[in-house]
Amino acid sequence: MIRVFLAEWRKLRRPSLFIGTMGAVVGASALVTSLLFLLIDSRQGNAQRGEVINRATLELPHGLSIGFSSSAGLLGLIALCIFASQTAQEYTHGTLRNLLVRQPRRLTLLLGKFFSMCFFALISVILSAIVSITLAFALSGKAKVITTAWSTSEARNGVVHTFVNVLISVIAYGTVGMILGLLLRSPISSISIGVAWLLVVENIIAATVKNSGKWMPGQLMNTVAAGGDFTATYSHALLVLSAYLALGVLVSSVLFRRRDVTN
Amino acid sequence: MPLVTEPDLAISVTDLTKNYGERAAVSHANFDVPMGTVCGFVGPNGSGKTTTMRMLLGLISPSGGTGKVLGQPISEPANYLDRVGAMIEGPAFYPSLGGAENLKVLATLGGHSTEQVQSLLDRVGLGDRAKSKYKTYSLGMKQRLGIAAALLPDPQLLILDEPTNGLDPAGIQEIRDLIRSLANEGTTVFISSHLLAEIEMISDSLVMLRQGEVIFAGKTQDLLLRQQPTILARSEDPNDLPRLLQIAHDAGHEGSVIEGVAHIQGPREWAATLNKIAFNSGIVLAQLSPELPSLEETFFEMTAADE
Repeated sequence: MIRVFLAEWRKLRRPSLFIGTMGAVVGASALVTSLLFLLIDSRQGNAQRGEVINRATLELPHGLSIGFSSSAGLLGLIALCIFASQTAQEYTHGTLRNLLVRQPRRLTLLLGKFFSMCFFALISVILSAIVSITLAFALSGKAKVITTAWSTSEARNGVVHTFVNVLISVIAYGTVGMILGLLLRSPISSISIGVAWLLVVENIIAATVKNSGKWMPGQLMNTVAAGGDFTATYSHALLVLSAYLALGVLVSSVLFRRRDVTN
Repeated sequence: MPLVTEPDLAISVTDLTKNYGERAAVSHANFDVPMGTVCGFVGPNGSGKTTTMRMLLGLISPSGGTGKVLGQPISEPANYLDRVGAMIEGPAFYPSLGGAENLKVLATLGGHSTEQVQSLLDRVGLGDRAKSKYKTYSLGMKQRLGIAAALLPDPQLLILDEPTNGLDPAGIQEIRDLIRSLANEGTTVFISSHLLAEIEMISDSLVMLRQGEVIFAGKTQDLLLRQQPTILARSEDPNDLPRLLQIAHDAGHEGSVIEGVAHIQGPREWAATLNKIAFNSGIVLAQLSPELPSLEETFFEMTAADE
């Protein structure tokens, strides 16, 4: 398993991929956190779907990590693209046959790749946390947000909880990408179908069918990142999301294990 | 302590079959590849060569039959693939990684030393392009990288599918020399190629497929000896050639004239008789040589059913 992890890491750490992705992570985190503070007085809102997060909320201990948790959706989409492309390109490049000759235990190969990509996701979440929290402090003065509560142990615990929830959410997005990559065997198809579902289809369904958000995987991943929200409770989101992912992982790994590797 | 013995056969398959729906890609294939030999694997396009190789490497599951590689059943590829090097259906690597980095990915995955990567690249003539991205390689360079990847595990068995595709004549000769040197070091090589002259030059034995069925498996020389040899005869006077063909015909041997030389079907022993009859008929022969058909000629004859 460790050999698969390290082999996959050699691919993930290549500068074009690593620097490019981490640049996107920094950009997404900086954008979301900046908008949160700089548009605090805007009537159009400073968060998702025109939502307003006011000064009073930001001045609470957990206000420190709101920017970070709000970035989770974008971080998740980045993770979905990485997991999907790294998985599906083994089919399109034809490299899967090389990998399976050197590591014929297919589930070991799959798990090693998954853990390596999770490590990549972990780095991106750490980077996002650093950027968001640093910017929150930096922009608090301009936004006239009092930060006294951010130095308490409650705030520190909040950051830790948010970090764990964002990490779970991002890895869940990545897992969806990997499942799509295994099922569709094409980076373009798996990324476009995944992103279209999460950004377009789910939002249309959520807007037209009442209470449907609590059953939509994308909505649930955002709910987990936020530690529970108006869509669903944290435990509900975690439970339903786990069930979806378990089913997807089961189907895709059985297929991967049994499917002939041809062109 | 149990005595561990090397198997005599590197590959052994019995009734190996792969069906895709109604179509049999490989049908009841039976053949053996002895350890330490070079075995050519030939057949027309679509005859089942790559499918067979994929089954030997655990990439696809057989529909029927059994097989062993290095003494281990092909249903358990993890038991033998650490001693097998393979390049199947052309080279396949990550385009944005360099040649060396691509090999290091596979070396890390297989638990092989990454220290040997540069020497392997040197061995296949890519030493000075180790850092160049794979996508900048020519077809021949990609092929060489594929062979280097196959050598990573210091294999006991090397399975190569069309390794000389895209190589220039010098490159083909280098690969031929490399395969020969590997065989001399004791590596078993199972190689498919469309270049039958190459296969004939390097292989000790041969497996020939036609429409998924094995039509010959054995020593290359045995196959060639089984074919009807040709006697090449050139008369001093070119005008005597039709008469020479008539003499052969009367004796029950068919022939034809190709570029001023009579090609007459017949055993090598009959050459002396032909010489005698021609002399008695006043035909002076300037050349008389019995010749075995080449593998290419034999191949076309044996696979003619596909045409």
